[in-house]
Amino acid sequence: MKHEIVEKNIGLMIVLIVVAISFGGLTQIIPLFWQNQTTQPVEGLEPLGPLALEGRDIYIREGCHVCHTQMVRPLRAETERYGHYSVAGEHVYEHPFLWGSKRTGPDLARVGGRYSDDWQRAHLYNPRDVVPESNMPAFPWLFENTLTGKDTAAKMTALRTVGVPYTDEDIANAAAPFAGGEVKEIDALVVYLQQLGTLLTQKR
Amino acid sequence: MSTFWSIWIIAFTAITIVGCTWLLLANRKVEVSDDTKEGEAQKTGHVYDGIEEYDNPLPGWWFKMFLGTVIFGVVYLVLYPGLGNFGGVLGWTQVGQWEEEVAEAEAKYTPLYEQYSETPVEELIANPEAMKMSRRLFNNNCAVCHGSDGRGSYGFPNLADSDWLYGGSAEDIKTTLVNGRQGAMPALGGALGEEGVDKVAEYVFKISGREHDADKAEAGGQLFATYCVACHGADGTGNKMLGAPNLTDGIWLYGGSPTLVRHTIRNGRNGNMPAQADKLKAEKIHLLTAYVYSLSKNQ
Ligand code: HEC
Ligand code: HEC
Ligand code: HEC
Repeated sequence: MKHEIVEKNIGLMIVLIVVAISFGGLTQIIPLFWQNQTTQPVEGLEPLGPLALEGRDIYIREGCHVCHTQMVRPLRAETERYGHYSVAGEHVYEHPFLWGSKRTGPDLARVGGRYSDDWQRAHLYNPRDVVPESNMPAFPWLFENTLTGKDTAAKMTALRTVGVPYTDEDIANAAAPFAGGEVKEIDALVVYLQQLGTLLTQKR
Repeated sequence: MSTFWSIWIIAFTAITIVGCTWLLLANRKVEVSDDTKEGEAQKTGHVYDGIEEYDNPLPGWWFKMFLGTVIFGVVYLVLYPGLGNFGGVLGWTQVGQWEEEVAEAEAKYTPLYEQYSETPVEELIANPEAMKMSRRLFNNNCAVCHGSDGRGSYGFPNLADSDWLYGGSAEDIKTTLVNGRQGAMPALGGALGEEGVDKVAEYVFKISGREHDADKAEAGGQLFATYCVACHGADGTGNKMLGAPNLTDGIWLYGGSPTLVRHTIRNGRNGNMPAQADKLKAEKIHLLTAYVYSLSKNQ
């Protein structure tokens, strides 16, 4: 093909560029939508409950994923420190994934149950109260802001449209834990953290 | 992976590699136009403000490097997984590599761990190699709560002193680590009323040898006998079975200020030391026991 034809027909050039670029995605991404490994949940995986779901949104809002990964790689150094390596089936209900890419702090994929609720609260209120050398920011406002749960049902409905198996009952009861107006953001965040990665256990 | 997707991946990979190579070779020019021979230099015919463009071949180093990447890609796909269900002739997998690493480490450390596990804690603390290992384990698993020096912080006990909630013998420490501990100091504000809390707090200050209001402490002593002795003991020195702290030693887990002591009595406390049995292997718990034991011995 003559360069000139391509260079002087911008429409044709766009089509050819799209074709050229799409090959990578067609080979590497598209097949993953159809593999059991990436679409089947691990045993016992449940969609996040209302509190954990709100907690997850707070995790995203506060940018925790900028400093923390949720992905234990299959390397001994990591499985010794964090526990079982992460598998795709643990994340099938996550939209979007919070795997992260930078570890300023430790990986959190298996932090659930590792520390007590009290520790999580003390640490988030001011990390230096419990880890004097920490450079993690403090999040004291989480202890003041109250959650109403007014959007929780809508969030669940949205997630259901992309395949998270929330039942009608789940959605109908989404606001229940927030009744009384006593649930602070910190409560939801701690519930979220305490369930992370608890399905695959392995002694370190 | 189903055969369909396997073929899909192989086909697209092949098309990409063959396509790139074809594009490279099909557009290849070999002759170099020579600037010095007037009139012979080949031009693309593009003219911008009177500046013309030579139609030269690709630089040789770039061309060879491109071919190099194609060859690398083909060799890689033969050796490693990448072509659908074809796992590569080396049989390499990510999990396989991890298992190898773990097996290698186990071969190296198992004899060490076995030797340490057979050594009683009281002797193990004299082994500098074992203590080095245990220190790393402590920093990774315990330091966030108990501090990297083991000296704790508000609500998280100091392990480097001789004051123990649950006992400082090797056996007690190991029980703490294996099963965890749940401190249960009930909220007594309701039963005592605000005045009662105030009085019994003064009594607590009295038995810990601090400044106190004698009248209130007197009345508080009676309340203490009713509400507190079951756990903290008649003399307030605590009970290691329950993890009820000694209130007479001036060492405070939750702070000794009047406000904090009153808060403790009014609202209760529920310190939680997570059980390690389901998290850490027995030999590591043994080493950690030795580390905690050594902390209190080295003060
Ligand atoms: C600026 C980077 C940064 C941000 C943002 C950040 N962290 Fe951290 N985090 C750290 C560092 C560094 C540590 C290690 C020191 C420590 O324990 O405080 C850490 C430790 C932790 C730990 C203890 C992990 C372990 O296994 O020891 C948890 C849990 C945690 N962070 C949760 C959060 C949550 C939840 C948020 C968002 C609200 C957050 N972090 C935001 C940097 C960050
Ligand atoms: C989530 C925070 C946390 C972590 C992690 C943790 N501890 Fe603790 N630990 C506590 C708390 C809180 C207590 C006090 C329990 C209570 O108040 O009854 C405690 C108590 C103890 C005690 C008993 C102290 C006494 O005075 O009797 C020992 C020993 C101990 N921890 C050792 C360890 C070791 C070793 C590790 C690491 C494997 C560890 N802890 C990890 C929070 C933690
Ligand atoms: C059911 C047993 C129980 C009873 C009854 C009880 N305590 Fe406690 N108390 C505990 C335990 C266990 C702790 C440690 C809590 C922890 O580790 O989280 C504690 C902690 C405390 C502390 C904090 C000590 C420190 O080092 O910070 C004070 C003060 C205290 N108790 C006072 C009292 C007083 C006064 C009463 C009676 C009005 C009382 N307690 C009744 C079990 C009890």
